[in-house]
Amino acid sequence: MRFLLDDEQREFARSLDGMLTAADTPGAVRAWAAGDTTPGRELWTRLAEAGVFALAVPERHDGLGPLPVETTVAFTELGRHAVPGPLVETVAAAALLDALGDTGATALLPQIATGKAVVSLCVPALGGPYALDADAADAVLLVEGDTVRLAEAAGPVQPSADPARRLARPLGGTVLAKGPAVTAATAHAAEVAALATAAQCLGLGRALLDRTVEYVGQRRQFGVAIGSFQAVKHRLADTLIALEFARPLLHSAALALAEGADHRSAEIAAAKVTAGEAAYAAARTALQLHGAVGYTEELDLALWIRKARPLRDAWGTPAACRARVLAS
Amino acid sequence: MDLDFSAAEDAFRAEARTWLAAHVPATPLPSLETEEGFAAHREWERTLFADRWSAVSWPEEYGGRGASILQWLIHEEEYYAAGAPGRVSQNGINLLAPTLFEHGTDEQRARVLPSMASGEVIWAQAWSEPESGSDLASLRSTARRTDGGWLLNGQKTWSSRAAFADRAFGLFRSDPDTARPHQGLTYLMFPLGADGVTVRPIGRLDGKPAFAELFLDDVFVPDEDVIGAPGQGWRVAMSTAGNERGLTLRSPGRFTAAAERLTALWRENADPADTALRDRVADAVVGARAYRLFTYANASRIAAGGTIGAESSLNKVFWSELDIALHETALDLLGPYGELSDEAADAPAHGGWAEGHTFSLAGPVYAGTNEIQRDIIAERLLGLPKGRR
Repeated sequence: MRFLLDDEQREFARSLDGMLTAADTPGAVRAWAAGDTTPGRELWTRLAEAGVFALAVPERHDGLGPLPVETTVAFTELGRHAVPGPLVETVAAAALLDALGDTGATALLPQIATGKAVVSLCVPALGGPYALDADAADAVLLVEGDTVRLAEAAGPVQPSADPARRLARPLGGTVLAKGPAVTAATAHAAEVAALATAAQCLGLGRALLDRTVEYVGQRRQFGVAIGSFQAVKHRLADTLIALEFARPLLHSAALALAEGADHRSAEIAAAKVTAGEAAYAAARTALQLHGAVGYTEELDLALWIRKARPLRDAWGTPAACRARVLAS
Repeated sequence: MDLDFSAAEDAFRAEARTWLAAHVPATPLPSLETEEGFAAHREWERTLFADRWSAVSWPEEYGGRGASILQWLIHEEEYYAAGAPGRVSQNGINLLAPTLFEHGTDEQRARVLPSMASGEVIWAQAWSEPESGSDLASLRSTARRTDGGWLLNGQKTWSSRAAFADRAFGLFRSDPDTARPHQGLTYLMFPLGADGVTVRPIGRLDGKPAFAELFLDDVFVPDEDVIGAPGQGWRVAMSTAGNERGLTLRSPGRFTAAAERLTALWRENADPADTALRDRVADAVVGARAYRLFTYANASRIAAGGTIGAESSLNKVFWSELDIALHETALDLLGPYGELSDEAADAPAHGGWAEGHTFSLAGPVYAGTNEIQRDIIAERLLGLPKGRR
């Protein structure tokens, strides 16, 4: 047993972190929220060049995957930088299309791997009726019952509490596949989506914690750094504990998914609820310890705070995950 | 990255499981915090020792199996899954033994360890004093030089197991004139039956004498019972504290086994429509799993040559809060029977949930309070500035 990321996986995380730090990611998030997807698409292309999407696409479709552990590593970094776009939906769509076999949309798979195709995915039975960033996507897949469609249009954008998440109802479209195989393929895609979202939550929570630790070390009141107060310290300690105990659940779930283990559904649910709750608690802590400035949209911190609750609920609410943990 | 066990580890697990299936008492032993239960648990230690299962990670020469840290974790999982008795010798095995391995002499190890592993000598800890709890370094009990050894004076308290134990270990001030409080301390072992020792048992919340006060009046301790160099006791003791908080005090096996039993209790008793209770059961299951995996990651880090320092404070807060939440959920599932003491004839599971709940309530207090642990996490892991406690 060696339950640790290897050097190559850690280096992959470091290189993505470095690239996203150097890029003006907060600027891309704000532009995306305002409907200008150009900087976000440029970022998307660079992520594709780094291999992020190829990890989710099998070799027979010109990808490198599926590699759930590496995908988890990558999505932790995407969450850490609050990267905009239907990232989770694109890798879940890849899992869905691959599992469906030959359909009219199979050609999307190599395009997902190279970053040319941004794909959204909507499964109303598992989430809401909306597809994330449908207006920015090159394709939107809609699964209703045992039918997968390639949507032909999307309704007007319904603003989310996180303005960088642009929600819209997918409409109509041609049938790509139908039948029991769709149900199984969708369940698999939902697992991929839940795991990637959990990874985003972990990275998002770490970013909120790190920014808050930095802030309370600098902010002075009563003549001292507020980070020297126990009430502040203990809240941050609890934030770290919650995040650090989510991490091994995430890695174990990725291994279970990679092996196709029977217990993967319960493992992914455990990782999702733990990382989601930890990230949301981190957001509450970040807001509280920044004080009034944490409540503003002017500080970039808002880009992370506003994402925490939608990610906590996307692809498996805490209640749904807890039920799944005990279902097996 | 993997979570795979080797064939040898699987074989070790199978051997442990087979032995436990054949030896674990069918009916739980009486509480180890009673005189009768203490004796029964001491006897159980002898049974474990006879087949080298009482301290598997120790070298064979002291009665162990030279088990790796992963094998130790496997044994703990099997041990608690089998419903085996609590370990009355745990203070010695988990706290004193690691100190002896790191700072003791060969003579001390040969003299102390085998009788510790067999249960012939049960050890109590003697850290806290009436005026020195979280601020342990302020302790005032003294060790004064005398011919061939030391004379101990003062008062220790919250000494777990001391009501019925044979010997104790702790810190004493051997040099009263040092610049800083954690200097001039010496780590000593002493018999609880020695002249000058008075033991006053203290009833914990449920009245059982789980700990005691110790009054020391010119208690003689020979030089051979000093661990490490005189005056270096703080450093010696802190290596023990690291062990206590880290991997060895509360193994994940305790919690994964308890979570399994909780899940079974929920399936038998719960109203399926009560999703609030279901969520708490799920959280206990997930928490136990997270703790197990977190520990495997730490074990992997140690196996790869790394060390666990302040990270052990994350563990301590996590398992102590998990333990309480898990047992509170069990009591709620038991409805009107949740109130029963473990001694009640009607108590479900032979009183195991009631005893477990009482025991869990002390978790955030002992082995360094959770407030101290959070200070350590904030200052050493997050790098926040020191402040007034």
